[in-house]
Amino acid sequence: MSKREIINSRELNITLNRLCCKLVENHGDFSESILIGLQPRGAQVLERIVRLLENEYNVKNIRTGLLDITFYRDDFRRREGHLQPNKTKIDFLVEDQKVVFIDDVLYTGRSVRAAMDAILSFGRPAKMELLTLIDRRFSRDLPIQPDYKGRQVDSIESQRVEVLWKEINGRDAVLLTEPTS
Amino acid sequence: MSELSVNHLLGIKHLDKEDIQLILDTAKEFKEVLNRPIKKVPTLRDITIANLFFENSTRTRLSFELAEKRLSADVVNFSAGSSSVKKGETLIDTVNNILSMKVDMVVMRHPNPGAAEFLSQHVDASIINAGDGAHEHPSQALLDAFSIREKLGALQGLKIAIIGDIVHSRVALSNVLLLQKMGAEVMVCGPTTLIPKYMHTLGVRVEHNLQTAIEWCDVANMLRVQHERQDLKYFPSIAEYRAQYGLTMEHLDALDTPIVVMHPGPINRGVEITSEVADSEHSIILEQVENGVAVRMAVLYLLAEKRKLGTS
Repeated sequence: MSKREIINSRELNITLNRLCCKLVENHGDFSESILIGLQPRGAQVLERIVRLLENEYNVKNIRTGLLDITFYRDDFRRREGHLQPNKTKIDFLVEDQKVVFIDDVLYTGRSVRAAMDAILSFGRPAKMELLTLIDRRFSRDLPIQPDYKGRQVDSIESQRVEVLWKEINGRDAVLLTEPTS
Repeated sequence: MSELSVNHLLGIKHLDKEDIQLILDTAKEFKEVLNRPIKKVPTLRDITIANLFFENSTRTRLSFELAEKRLSADVVNFSAGSSSVKKGETLIDTVNNILSMKVDMVVMRHPNPGAAEFLSQHVDASIINAGDGAHEHPSQALLDAFSIREKLGALQGLKIAIIGDIVHSRVALSNVLLLQKMGAEVMVCGPTTLIPKYMHTLGVRVEHNLQTAIEWCDVANMLRVQHERQDLKYFPSIAEYRAQYGLTMEHLDALDTPIVVMHPGPINRGVEITSEVADSEHSIILEQVENGVAVRMAVLYLLAEKRKLGTS
């Protein structure tokens, strides 16, 4: 398996800052907005974005939540192995609020479809948006596109895009992993 | 984490520690679902479940039915009182008739020990034992374990006393097996006539004095005196049973360290436990009922997951 770094730490930081600027442009003081990290890997992106918004852009009292979509997936009983659910933590109603889903990599769009289904258990949002750090374009199975995208990556099905975080992996980077044949 | 090692939930004896851990961990996420404004997920929308109750049940049947509906399964209910069983149909014929209507899973309560296991060998559906005679009641033991874990943390090293009518109880055996697999110490306590002779061979402590039991334990699981299963007199009178084995606030107030009180229901208030105790802060009886739905959702989810499309 070969791994190639396609985004380094400095570039990732610039991208995250640009995403924050766009969020502030559209959501102002975030008083009617809720940022929802999609479990498991969206949680880390959410944490970084919130930290930047608070520290660099002086946005306070941002409401955040974590959403697990396991019970809403469309491949239950259709794939081998076990689907272990993660924690969902949403302590408020999303009725009439602007919800921004946050994830690390947008690929087929199926997780986002499940998230749109899942969030309705917490009320009817006024609007749903999608922020993704990496958009693997040309690989969508569903008509879903991000409202905020960090970087677009062209990849083929056998490749994997892996986002590394300093807090977990020791460094910030995005890798393209290719199986060796 | 991997899938369950079993295709049916017939008894705790068939589960290993990892299975139990997986069910309890999954139930935690379902409990969160049950606290949402909309308490329903679409996961089992292509699964049909038959609830076959050959014996009376209120909370177990309701709890399973609610769990199934919260998971969006299609549900059919059957109770022996209003069925062809009265007309002489055998168990396999009854179930095969129901299965021919394309049922994927069967939740069954039956008065005969081993009925669920027998069924699992003869029909192509996932079988969940909701109580077979005085043998096992695995989903009750799982929800008891979940409730203890939620209240006190890990089960490892805890001391649990099961007090009351052990000999007629399927809850007792399933609880003993599960708690031991999870590393807890178990004691059974009750009059000699209500404790099976083989009990010590399971590696549990046997005690006949209520005071000794509650001083020893962290959790007291009070079992109901099952009058309906007692064809003999097992103790002189209800008043004497109450005097010897009825748990009161005086007992609890006198303890140096507080204990958690459980009861699988239905409660005979004023017999094995006073109303005051049942409604006190020591009691987690209503939490047990609430957790029952989440635990049963986890069991259904994990067993359904093993019925892969195209193979079942």
